[in-house]
Amino acid sequence: MTEHGSIIYLEGVTVDYDGFKALNSLNFIVNHRELRVVIGPNGAGKTTLLDVISGKTKPAAGRVIFGKDTHLIGMREYEITQLGIGRKFQAPSIYGNLTVWENLDLSLSRPSKGVLFTLRGRSTTAERNQIDEALETIGLKNQAHLRAGSLSHGQKQWLEIGMVILQDPELLLVDEPVAGMTDEETEQTGRLLQSLAEKHAIVVIEHDMEFVRQIARIVTVLHEGTVICEGPVEKVQADPRVVEIYLGRHKVTHA
Amino acid sequence: MGESLTPSSNAERNEGTIFWVVGFVLLFVLPVLNVLPTENSWLHVSDFALNRFGKFLAFAILALGLDLIWGYAGILSLGQGVFFGLGAYCMGMHLMLTIGNESVYGSALPDFMVWNQVTELPFFWKPFYSFSAAVLAGLLVPACFALVFGFLAFRSRIRGVYFAIITQALALMAWLVFNRNETNLGGTNGLTDFKTILGFRLSDPGTQLALYVVTVLCLGGAYLLCRWIIGSRAGRVLIAIRDSEQRVLFSGYSPANYKLFVFVVSAALAGLAGMLYVPQVGIITPAQMGVLPSLETVIWVAVGGRATLVGAIVGAVGVNLGRSILTNHFPELWPFFLGGLFVVVVLLFPDGVMGITRTLSEKLTMWSARLRKAPAAEEEQA
Amino acid sequence: MRRVVWIALVWWSVAWVVTDVPAAEALTGASPPSPLEQALQALYSDEEATREQAVRVLIEQGDATLLPRLDELRAHADRSLRMAIKPVADAWRHRDDLASPDADIRRSAATDLGTSGRAVAIPWLEAAAGFESHHWVRYAMDESAQLLKLASDDPAIKAQAATKLGELRSQNAVPALKALVQAAEESGGTEQQKPLARAATAAIDRIETWNVWSTAIETVFRGISLSSILLIMSVGLAIVFGLMGVINMAHGELMMIGAYATFVMQECFKLYVPSSWFDSYYLAALPASFLAAAVFGLILEATVIRFLYGRPLETMLATWGVSLILIQAARIYFGDLTAVTAPAWLNGGAQVMVGVFLPFNRLFIIGLSILCVMGIYALLFRSSLGLRVRAVTQNRNMSACLGIPTRKVDAYTFAFGSGLAGIAGWALTLVGNVEPGLGQNYIVDSFMVVVTGGVGKLAGTIIASLGIGGLNKLMEPSLGAVYGKVLILVLVILFLQRRPSGLFAVKGRQAEG
Repeated sequence: MTEHGSIIYLEGVTVDYDGFKALNSLNFIVNHRELRVVIGPNGAGKTTLLDVISGKTKPAAGRVIFGKDTHLIGMREYEITQLGIGRKFQAPSIYGNLTVWENLDLSLSRPSKGVLFTLRGRSTTAERNQIDEALETIGLKNQAHLRAGSLSHGQKQWLEIGMVILQDPELLLVDEPVAGMTDEETEQTGRLLQSLAEKHAIVVIEHDMEFVRQIARIVTVLHEGTVICEGPVEKVQADPRVVEIYLGRHKVTHA
Repeated sequence: MGESLTPSSNAERNEGTIFWVVGFVLLFVLPVLNVLPTENSWLHVSDFALNRFGKFLAFAILALGLDLIWGYAGILSLGQGVFFGLGAYCMGMHLMLTIGNESVYGSALPDFMVWNQVTELPFFWKPFYSFSAAVLAGLLVPACFALVFGFLAFRSRIRGVYFAIITQALALMAWLVFNRNETNLGGTNGLTDFKTILGFRLSDPGTQLALYVVTVLCLGGAYLLCRWIIGSRAGRVLIAIRDSEQRVLFSGYSPANYKLFVFVVSAALAGLAGMLYVPQVGIITPAQMGVLPSLETVIWVAVGGRATLVGAIVGAVGVNLGRSILTNHFPELWPFFLGGLFVVVVLLFPDGVMGITRTLSEKLTMWSARLRKAPAAEEEQA
Repeated sequence: MRRVVWIALVWWSVAWVVTDVPAAEALTGASPPSPLEQALQALYSDEEATREQAVRVLIEQGDATLLPRLDELRAHADRSLRMAIKPVADAWRHRDDLASPDADIRRSAATDLGTSGRAVAIPWLEAAAGFESHHWVRYAMDESAQLLKLASDDPAIKAQAATKLGELRSQNAVPALKALVQAAEESGGTEQQKPLARAATAAIDRIETWNVWSTAIETVFRGISLSSILLIMSVGLAIVFGLMGVINMAHGELMMIGAYATFVMQECFKLYVPSSWFDSYYLAALPASFLAAAVFGLILEATVIRFLYGRPLETMLATWGVSLILIQAARIYFGDLTAVTAPAWLNGGAQVMVGVFLPFNRLFIIGLSILCVMGIYALLFRSSLGLRVRAVTQNRNMSACLGIPTRKVDAYTFAFGSGLAGIAGWALTLVGNVEPGLGQNYIVDSFMVVVTGGVGKLAGTIIASLGIGGLNKLMEPSLGAVYGKVLILVLVILFLQRRPSGLFAVKGRQAEG
């Protein structure tokens, strides 16, 4: 019963951490070229949701279908990545001992990422251009040959976004991309995500409501491992249950 | 190399020059100094010294393998001695069989088998009559063993301290098993009393010189292999694994396969080192593959400087040189020295000798720059 | 001529006995010479048969009061005479010993009589068994009596004895019973032998079934005993690993320090304390070994480990270096082999059933490990330090933010874990030598325990110790110690396939990092 046109389809997914249900028979659908924001209080299961999709966590029950009919449960993380699901972590996750250029080079989508291919592989001109383009997008052109470990926090976040873009994923999973960014950086990130959404489907986890309003078309609210409410930002914010479990408790000033 | 656009490419060119210079010295100068000058000349390199140096260079190959997996990929293997031992035993078994009737008991069987009342050569000894089979086995046996062991370990994501402990247990087991007489590998006394290799007498200085040259060539080859791996994109994946295994996974690489690859290569290098060690030293015992020799390899790399191939070689040769000097004069002090070295290097010089030289050269350039600017700076301050 | 002298001597000694031992008066009398005297004379006979007859009479009718006479004879006897006298003296002595106040002497006397093959001892043993209050001594007496009956000429008695021995599960009777069965088979089985062989076979079956069980029980006990040593060793290691992510490779040497502290304490007691108090050195060594190891651990933490926080592999290497230094220092200072004399109250053991003997020192170690675990539980879950340790183990940064001095918690915990290693060393002196390599013998096993047990849960360490120690002993009989260990390594690796972070892995957010 896969809904035609969905890029990712979760049905009845349950994740059990020693009796604590991080996800409780969750249903979740994202369509092609959709920018979806997932919000919810701490412990709602937002990161676990991304973990399940990207193969990091194996659910106790349920189905996860990518694209038309690819079942993801049981696949390894790198296999899922090669299928076309990219993930950006909450804390910047980059290779500190490699240069920015090398970071991007490793992430670039290639016909094979096996040992033998990588051992012999040389970058083609097209690939170099792709990397340069990405450097431009994330504004790190001048830092291309610096050790990535020496970048600032915001630059690291951008670098990781660049790395995920170069993987050319059909589905992008982004966990709190603007945490620790300045207002300006936040806005830039928002614009970048929106432009990316023209080609890719994106799932963003976010806390910053202003940012959510900037980028979101449809928002999914998660609470205790299940979807409480789904819809446009205004509708979601007006929902009394959401106000009670999330906005009410957090006393977000914009609410 | 090629597309590596790192600022260190300059240093790499330097390294290339050093490679050829050192290679020339090791391959031509030392052998010539061994053969040409008279024995009393201060330039003369004695047979003994050359042979001992050959042994150190074999250890350097072992160290290169460990550096590849520990220095670059960040996986501490405390079981390299096992692979070294496997290679050494393969060569040792071949040399045992070439002794033939020259043995003490005059039997075609190795002496220890006669002693243990084994009447027929065990089946797994038979292929080792052939030299090429022995060499092949010396590379493949450790590699295959590492393949199986590594597959199980990396597949289930055993890493860090866990991997170190498991490999240490492996070293202990190998030592225990090779010590047993019923494994038909010579028990505690190991394999020794070799007479010839490929028909040449091992006692002949010429043979030892040739072995030395072969060792130097193998070391050169091993170094180039490692540099090729490190310089390729796969080498960067290894460093990436050390930095963030999770990111590697989500960049679409299988860290387990890369680790397995580098583990197998390092095991094969260790096997090669073992094969070169045996004919030069003339004995291989289980003690060479136990827990302590495996850990000593780690300290060579740490002393030289991990994640630099030259460092591994420098460390292996340097520490062993120090060891042979110290154990000659103060045999009781060597464990103190070795233990102290572990502590001091880890605590104070995590980048080893190479790190120290790098810091020193950086400081020197800084000082010279400052000296030139110093007068101006003083005026400014005033 | 010689004979005349002998006779004179014998008469002299008889006279001595008569004057000095009134009890013997009735027996020996004045004239005519009693059968005993005649037998004593007959010992000198050249004829084998006469001598044997004399020995029989002496054993049957004499008793231990005549021992001085025999000793007298012995002193001047030639070899053949000494040989003739020995069984007599033994029999008398054993008979006497059956009434000894010491249970061990009674027991060994009974056992010896059982193997002597002298049917005359049957009534002695049966009489003694009637009075005997000690269960296992009575068992030995019954067993010996039946063994002697098994050698009787009467097939009916033989068959009865065989059945009885089967009931007693007497391991000692198996060779004799087997011989009976074999004899019946060889001769084709006469009508007399058949029921006997049947009884013997039944008895053997019974004994051997029992034997399987008792061996199993002993194996389990040995397994538990090894497990408890591993447990005391590993638990300190595991707590520190959980807290700081550090494997202390010098843990085995901390144990060695504990063992040497015990040794030093023993030497001090030898020198400065009256010997009647000697045994209490062992108790005094408990705090000494704990403190010695704990202080050393504190120093190690402050000088080495503290600077390597967050670099577990480097910590392994540095602590390995420390262990090398410690081993060599101990070797130079103490030499290669020293031993501790276990206190008297830990010698011996308890027999719990036929064929199962549990040594006190092993029982002591098992008890100690239980005490240690209880102590650690109390400390971790009932004290404020324990609360802090658990807090820092779960989330170091959060704990630091809450004002817990994480560095101090590290230091104290490390010292405590080291002290536990010292206690392990103290206990180990009971079952082995004190040597510089002491720690190395068990350390790899205890690393395996930590790896299999997982981090942060004491229960994991306990179960892993039981598993690894138990498997070690379980596989030793069939595979030998070496291949048993190899198999354990393989099993541990296979186990880690399913549970890479040990038995009780923490799931969810904490698992990351």
